Amino acid sequence: MKNNVTDIRKDFPILSTQVNGKPLVYFDNGASAQKPQAVIDSISKYYSTMHANIHRGVHTLSQNATQAYEDAREAVKKYINAQHSEEIIITRGTTESINLVAHSFVKKGDEVIISGMEHHSNIVPWQLAEVNLKVVKVKDNGELDLEDFKSKLSKNTKLVAITHVSNTLGTINPVEEIIALAHALGVKVLLDGAQAVPHMKVDVQKLDCDFYAFSAHKMYGPTGIGILYGKRDLLNAMPPYQGGGDMIKHVTFEKTTYNDLPHKFEAGTPAISEGIALGAAVEYLNKIDWDWAAKHEEELLAYATEEIKKIEGVKVIGEAKHKAGVLSFVVEGAHHYDIGTLLDQMGIAIRTGHHCTEPLMHRFDISGTARASFAFYNTKDEVKIFIDALKRSLKMLR
Amino acid sequence: MSIVDNEKEIIEDFDLFSDWEDKYEYIISLGRELPLISDQYKTEEHLVRGCQSRVWLHAEKQGANIVFTADSDAIITKGIIALLVKVLSNQPAIEVAKTDLDFINKIGLKEHLSPNRSNGLVSMIQKMKTYAAAYSAK
Ligand SMILES: Cc1ncc(COP(=O)(O)O)c(C=O)c1O
Repeated sequence: MKNNVTDIRKDFPILSTQVNGKPLVYFDNGASAQKPQAVIDSISKYYSTMHANIHRGVHTLSQNATQAYEDAREAVKKYINAQHSEEIIITRGTTESINLVAHSFVKKGDEVIISGMEHHSNIVPWQLAEVNLKVVKVKDNGELDLEDFKSKLSKNTKLVAITHVSNTLGTINPVEEIIALAHALGVKVLLDGAQAVPHMKVDVQKLDCDFYAFSAHKMYGPTGIGILYGKRDLLNAMPPYQGGGDMIKHVTFEKTTYNDLPHKFEAGTPAISEGIALGAAVEYLNKIDWDWAAKHEEELLAYATEEIKKIEGVKVIGEAKHKAGVLSFVVEGAHHYDIGTLLDQMGIAIRTGHHCTEPLMHRFDISGTARASFAFYNTKDEVKIFIDALKRSLKMLR
Repeated sequence: MSIVDNEKEIIEDFDLFSDWEDKYEYIISLGRELPLISDQYKTEEHLVRGCQSRVWLHAEKQGANIVFTADSDAIITKGIIALLVKVLSNQPAIEVAKTDLDFINKIGLKEHLSPNRSNGLVSMIQKMKTYAAAYSAK
């Protein structure tokens, strides 16, 4: 089991590079996490020795590639403890996963409950589907207002679509409770797991969620690929999302019949190397000691929060009791863009802006925040460097 | 001084800086000095949208010349605006419409003009040129 940060850092080649002449401090993991050598090697090995189209050829290469791609699906299934491998739909990422559900599970006018802390990709697909959106309020400390949720939830609700972990606030939402409340009324629940999967082991059966969406690139895998987990009965009852090759059984001009799960939702040639490399990422994550990782990240967050609060004029946005990996802040007299620019000069990568959560920015009456987001490969020393660099930046700016 | 002369002067100024800190301190000081756009123009209509920092731009014709005033909520953006205003304001509109603003590359601030920054500067330069083209056509 991997539980030593010094050793783990050696698995990620980019972490020992320099940016602007300084050792890279990568605190933009919420936007995308870095890749271990195993993932990089997997892509290179695939194109060097294995590439062919999948699900089609009778020749050996195609069969091997198909096997590797399906092995990756199996690895994901085991990783999130899904009951069946056909419940693992491979998509382009969280965004496409949610769009798929918005296209195929709800119809115009259905009532869908989301929250005020959702990423745009869990807002706009519902608007495109022209559902009747209800938005759960966010409290001043960045926690979801559960009373407001209860008052909005009813038998008329078709779906609750809520983020597991907020990318802007770091809030870990009480999803077990939300799911129990919804299920008691027969309402289905989709969780946006984009920011949860990088920080914790997720068990979809234990959660009992109906859909779970996430992106490979945030969990140390490649870009352009992600997962929609859905309960088999629900997925079976849903119409296809896109039409094309792979998703059909037979096509005639009179009548086309669709393929079985999961292929029904996977039209066209997929991102094969990325799929296989996602399998490599999962294999890597299987070696991580998650109890250690959770504790390590908690310590980083606690230390960074404590230190940043000592700086005059800094306000932390999002102080929920349960948080994962994210420290968002604003500073009196210094714009987040300026802070991000100066930190970059010192080799430190953070994210600035509205983080694709504009409604949440309006809720807190701010134009954006500076956000440091951590992964298990970050260190306390890096937090120190970041805090010192922030102080130096603020000296220049204020 | 022509646009090219202005650019040369700025490039020479920036050549003196040995590290990023001096450079950014200078940009920040320019931002602080930038004569602000008058409040009447700091409106939605003059807002150039960038999703990180916001920029306000006003253009006025004075004879054959075009005069710009501008502002931003981020001080580094504002400093870069000050450079652009220094180079382009009070110049013949016809020249402003044609300029390529290569000096930004030469002083190592190219990254601020990447669309990825979404700081409003790229759109601002486009707007400056659009105004200039419109004024010189009149
Ligand atoms: C909470 C949340 N949901 C959805 C997304 C969208 O993920 P992707 O762009 O990988 O589809 C993100 C990523 O920025 C996110 O943080």
